[in-house]
Amino acid sequence: MTAVSVGRRRRPVSASRREARRFHLFVSPWVIGFVFFSGGPILASVVLSFTKWNLLRPPEWIGFENYRKMLADAEFWDAVGNTFYYGLGSVALGVTFTLFLAMLLNQPLRFQGLFRTVMYMPSVVSGVATALLWLNILHPDYGLINKLLAMAGITGPGWLGSPEWAMPALILMSVWGAGNTIIIYLAGLQGIPKSLYEAAEIDGAGWWRRFWSVTVPMMSPVIFFNVVTGFIASIQAYTLILIMTEGGPANSTMVLGLYIYRHAFVYFDMGYAAALSWAMFVIVIAVTFIQFRLARRWVHYEFK
Amino acid sequence: MLLETARPAATPSRALTAAQAERVRRIRRTGAYLLLVIATAVFVLPFLWMITTSLKSDAENLAFPPEFLPSSFHVENYARGWSGSLPFNTFLINSVLITALSMLGNLVSCVLPAYAFARLRARAAGVMFALMLATMMIPREITLVPKYIMFANLGWVDTYLPLVVPEFFGVALYIFLLRQFFTTIPQELIDAARIDGASELRILWRVMLPLSKPAIASIMLFSFVGNWNQYLESVIYLRTTDKFTIPLGLAMFSGQYATQYNQMMAVALITLMPILILFFIAQKTFIKGVTLTGIAGR
Repeated sequence: MTAVSVGRRRRPVSASRREARRFHLFVSPWVIGFVFFSGGPILASVVLSFTKWNLLRPPEWIGFENYRKMLADAEFWDAVGNTFYYGLGSVALGVTFTLFLAMLLNQPLRFQGLFRTVMYMPSVVSGVATALLWLNILHPDYGLINKLLAMAGITGPGWLGSPEWAMPALILMSVWGAGNTIIIYLAGLQGIPKSLYEAAEIDGAGWWRRFWSVTVPMMSPVIFFNVVTGFIASIQAYTLILIMTEGGPANSTMVLGLYIYRHAFVYFDMGYAAALSWAMFVIVIAVTFIQFRLARRWVHYEFK
Repeated sequence: MLLETARPAATPSRALTAAQAERVRRIRRTGAYLLLVIATAVFVLPFLWMITTSLKSDAENLAFPPEFLPSSFHVENYARGWSGSLPFNTFLINSVLITALSMLGNLVSCVLPAYAFARLRARAAGVMFALMLATMMIPREITLVPKYIMFANLGWVDTYLPLVVPEFFGVALYIFLLRQFFTTIPQELIDAARIDGASELRILWRVMLPLSKPAIASIMLFSFVGNWNQYLESVIYLRTTDKFTIPLGLAMFSGQYATQYNQMMAVALITLMPILILFFIAQKTFIKGVTLTGIAGR
């Protein structure tokens, strides 16, 4: 009798234990990946940032020296400045320009699908091939942009060869590849109830007024999402810059990601590169935090 | 809405006759088309330029000012660029191999943990899930250096192992997406399969996966585009030209023949073909994936 009741009590326990065992088995690929390729390296990076290590000689513990060096490193601060220049430029232009395009695409017009496809395409193919295309397009003598400017009677700048114009050129290129924000905006626009626009219209609101009083507040969570993810993406978008300018001319496009790359894989200064990567982390967190703080003032959430 | 069709206003002072309203509507519609066509031209012009440049003769290639159209179509640029001094056939094979292996790795190693997080209970599940979300917020630059040191110590530099092996151990974003999708599948289906005595793997294979095709298609597309375009890690780990992938080959081409734009654009266009074809076939899946996640396979 007792044996039966014990057995009965045990059965659910062993069933849940079996389920837990299966959970651990199924989740194991991620656990191994976490230990070796994300969590483990993250901890290792903290330790590394306190060392001096060129991979040839054994690592040397130097405490906060890398961080002290960073704060006094003028090139580092230039890189931070360039990162913000690129980030603010590409986000500000990308987020406004694409909202406007998405609103156009949301009209009941013919060939809508075709327009959408064309605008989304550049963001899919973005890579070395399109970087080379833009190297050509931005060429001061043989490029498309300066040819078009010349037709309008304007002598175009040296673009990637000029310290003043290299960054604007890269920002321009980033807007070309911002098609995915259009898609996200479109999904948001389709969620705005038509009745709001009709009510505004009955009140005599013109399209400008409807834009500010209906579209912007209703879209503010989506705009906010695009601003936050856009800025994070801009910080990590240095691969194209590496191919196109390698940070030049005169370090005018040396963004933080590229600066980390250079210290790690050109100078093999692993400890300093690790410290720099933590500076990038601090910037990402700080900017995101500030954006969430500011969001309280302008992002409007509908609670249903 | 920006260009909402004009309707008769309620107040008499603003009332329009039907004819006037029709005219306003037509003007607005034409304006919308005009703006759309201009915007589309801005997006498409670089591609057209790429095509026309790829067909120019060597003389026209460096003509100043450049012409929009070549005087005759030099299709041979494609063959010259592709089978010139750089072994693009080898690069293509390498890229296909790495991309295919990475996609397979992503599929297996993301589906299993996603199923576990969505449907299996264990005490550690909550902590693990939180840890996984936390890693998504850490920039990859932080792990770049320690991973390089680890792979260098393993002697994996100048092999495909650093590019492919990690792909077999889960991608946090993909696991998260699949897990979200899996949680929407009715529990009754799984319970029914369990009562029939199906194993977890069988439930996953026969119940979950067939119902999760859109989510799986999305992550596979992102995985394909991400791996096909992958540059940074390839440039860090691969040293021998024979092992290079397409993106490295393209960068090398531009390094060696900086102003051979006609051949450069021809080769670049060839390498874009797989992605463009896939994009046109699977456009809906791409767009659904982007609205689902807010990313575009970087």
